Amino acid sequence: MAMNTQGRPTTPGASMLDGEVRTFTGNRGLDHEEPLIFERGSLEKTGVDLPEPKAVKPRLGGLERTGAIGLPGLTEPEAMRHYVRLSRKNYAIDSGLYPLGSCTMKHNPRLNEKMARVPGFGDVHPLQPQQTVQGAIALMQMLSGYLLELTGMKAVALSPKAGAHGELCGMIAIKAAHEAAGSKRSVVLVPESAHGTNPATAAFMGYGVRSIPAREDGTVAVEVVRAALGPDVAAIMLTNPNTCGLFEPEVVAIAKAVHEAGAYFYCDGANFNAIVGKVRPGDLGVDAMHINLHKTFSTPHGGGGPGSGPVVFSEALARFAPVPFGIRDGERFRLVEDIGEAERRGLKPFGRLTAFHGQMGMFVRALTYMLSHGADGMRQASEDAVLSANYVRAGLRDLFTQPFGDQPCMHEVLFDDRFLQDTGVTTLDFAKAMIDEGYHPMTVYFPLVVHGAMLIEPTESESKDSLDLFIATLRHLAEAARRGDVERFKQAPRLAPRRRLDETRAAREPKLRWQPDPARRQAAE
Amino acid sequence: MRYLPLEPADRQAMLASIGVPEIDALFDAVPPGKLMKELPNLPRAKGELEVERELMRLAARSVPAGSAPFFIGAGAYRHHVPAAVDHLIQRSEFLTSYTPYQPEISQGTLQVLFEFQTQVAMLTGMEVANASMYDGSTACGEAVLMAHRITRRRKALLAGGLHPHYRSVVETLAHWGGSSVVSLEPDPAGTEDIAARIDADTSCVVVQYPSFYGTIRDLKPIADAAHAKGALLVAVVTEAVALGMLKPPGEMGADIVAAEGQSIGNGLNFGGPYVGLFATREKFVRQMPGRLAGETLDAEGRRGYVLTLSTREQHIRREKATSNICTNSGLCALAFTIHMTLLGEAGLRRLARINHVNAMALADQLAKVRGVEVVTPAYFNEFTIRVAADAQNTIDALAKKGVMGGVPVSRLEPGRSGVRDLIVVAATEINTDEDRAAYVEALQEVL
Repeated sequence: MAMNTQGRPTTPGASMLDGEVRTFTGNRGLDHEEPLIFERGSLEKTGVDLPEPKAVKPRLGGLERTGAIGLPGLTEPEAMRHYVRLSRKNYAIDSGLYPLGSCTMKHNPRLNEKMARVPGFGDVHPLQPQQTVQGAIALMQMLSGYLLELTGMKAVALSPKAGAHGELCGMIAIKAAHEAAGSKRSVVLVPESAHGTNPATAAFMGYGVRSIPAREDGTVAVEVVRAALGPDVAAIMLTNPNTCGLFEPEVVAIAKAVHEAGAYFYCDGANFNAIVGKVRPGDLGVDAMHINLHKTFSTPHGGGGPGSGPVVFSEALARFAPVPFGIRDGERFRLVEDIGEAERRGLKPFGRLTAFHGQMGMFVRALTYMLSHGADGMRQASEDAVLSANYVRAGLRDLFTQPFGDQPCMHEVLFDDRFLQDTGVTTLDFAKAMIDEGYHPMTVYFPLVVHGAMLIEPTESESKDSLDLFIATLRHLAEAARRGDVERFKQAPRLAPRRRLDETRAAREPKLRWQPDPARRQAAE
Repeated sequence: MRYLPLEPADRQAMLASIGVPEIDALFDAVPPGKLMKELPNLPRAKGELEVERELMRLAARSVPAGSAPFFIGAGAYRHHVPAAVDHLIQRSEFLTSYTPYQPEISQGTLQVLFEFQTQVAMLTGMEVANASMYDGSTACGEAVLMAHRITRRRKALLAGGLHPHYRSVVETLAHWGGSSVVSLEPDPAGTEDIAARIDADTSCVVVQYPSFYGTIRDLKPIADAAHAKGALLVAVVTEAVALGMLKPPGEMGADIVAAEGQSIGNGLNFGGPYVGLFATREKFVRQMPGRLAGETLDAEGRRGYVLTLSTREQHIRREKATSNICTNSGLCALAFTIHMTLLGEAGLRRLARINHVNAMALADQLAKVRGVEVVTPAYFNEFTIRVAADAQNTIDALAKKGVMGGVPVSRLEPGRSGVRDLIVVAATEINTDEDRAAYVEALQEVL
């Protein structure tokens, strides 16, 4: 047999670069097509070996399930492959820069995960006798201490499950305070740039929403707030730093005006990552603020939760905080779970927001982050987050357009779509082209007050090299758009596991679950 | 600092390119006197080893559930979770991704949610389910609000078997959201006449199945009575494993099912994070809270998934949204789906049978202890006993003997008469013959 003198080819042939790649399997190398478990598993198969229990006459009151449930099972190797393949269709912080403004996609330290799984925190039941969960309650107390120190506030409710739940918590406390004072108020002031959860929360509470316009520079003017205040106003819900990435320069004056009108200041703390260790909301006159542990304190976003949204309160609202809350009782820690007991202590909790005590798993992770960073590290993290956002701003300001002029931003920088004017490329197209370049897009079309908004939050987790490449990529795309290279934008993404998906179709004929093929079902019957 | 990639020289170069002399120049908008120089009262950064040491010292002050004969349930259950579940949910691509707002690079999360929604719909016997809620209690609260929207009524009727914390959550939302609630008295045996309390203003009846006390009762007559008066039936399930054996609420006329999914795939975690399951009828889907994943096609005609029907949600509708909810419980839903896939129908049914058999064995053994009466006639893996002593003291005495014997009802119903001698006891597949023997022996000693 003759030796192959040419050896293995090391450069791709021209044919491999031609056109679209079609394969027999539909797979594209590492990117596998993966069916639903309902198309793959069977009702008999299982990946869990359990002993067959002895046959007994059940005591279910005659309510035993009769028909099949329809749940397919897979053995462990099949399940591993299925979910590993699915995981590879996701972008993640661990694989790339994730500049989603307002979401704080920072690194999630793995020590946090390890600590959350320590049995003394992870394998304790919320209703174990309290003397057997002293460590868990002590951890909650320690976290509370950190949150109060970092915010300069007086009390904390740990139980809210996420940011929006925290908003509800803060706003109920405000309503309770008004009620306790015998004051009836019907309106909440919300800036136009606010997160959608703010007006949704206010509306749930039965408040009317009075919208506050921003001025030319993207911030809220105290005179505008003052003009909107009146005896009917219960509170203002202000995000600071705001959703345009700017610190509200008149926040102290706004707080003063709000208080003089007998109203309270709710601060949306979604952007706390810009100011940890630099500015304490309590010093600004905030009465209640939720803290997204899954943003500022690095608990993982998990593909959309679980979050955790503790709320800190000023002196004025502290006694209305919901149950449960922890106290120190000599050497022991205790959770006060009963409203009656809290009232005997002179407090006036507004109620209970969730079963049990909140997102303990997230408390452990957040406290681990705080201990790791320390006072110096947390402050440095905020400074780096702000520095990085401004560095992106500086790197793009000549090519991109800023809605409120070129001014320092906090931890996120906002652009509008004027730089794409007459190119035929929209903000959405631009975002999809970033996917082909290996980036998760920034937050787009939010805040709503800015046309074609692009909100970039690089966080403190990026190296300078990483930021430089990101800036260079965005510049390259902006130049391509201006050059008229529209197709690459309209076709994008071409290199993702899926091309653009038809969202209209999804909403028009909603298919929200797998259904057995009717033909097959009939055959089975 | 091991988590911060920027070096001092990088920072200097970046400041120069921004055109400011120092970092605080970027904080110029902060009002005078409000910018702090340091955080004096907090310790400085620590290495992994030091942090781990400090936290392990704290953790050692708790008694893990796995270290004792353990019979506590009441809304959170200790089940065995296969090792593959925790490994998979820690895959970076699942753990460190965000809400799938860019579907082309989030098909992993979206397909998982689609599988999750289908599993939840099947398990509850309902037509559709959402992509999860924070937990069972908040799902219950949202179910009541949804029933108000559908019926345009403002009064909920809560059965006496509803978990007291769930009841408090609903009452809190109602009180501050301007609707009303009628809460029936605690009903350990499941004998109250709910139908008689439904009137023309009732938007929904909320019934837990099995109840907080473990009792199982047929939901069909309650559903019929509710429907006859134009009200909905909200079925609450706190032990999802029960649905591996029990007739699903959907088959008995439930309009909304709000459940706690912690039992499948998720640990105790001292109360959270858990995963709320939320299912309903197709015709109510546009009144549903929370996120929904839906199937569609991409530009090449390939099947794919997106978040859909978001016109219900706060980021589009703002003050007109069906709910203020934004985050769901994605990673816990993933754990649920993987565990459920590993179990499959056969595994889930067997797991449920083991739970039921263990509970029956425990109930029979406890019933023989002097001073103990089992008060729950029909149950799945949890039942209520009456002891000839104060229940809280009994549980504390058992804990001193190293046995976690259940939850005294009085802890959740403080100050209420008639429940001071009741204990809710759960048994799952984790309990061994030795665990049960230890419980019986300890209980004999303390009673």
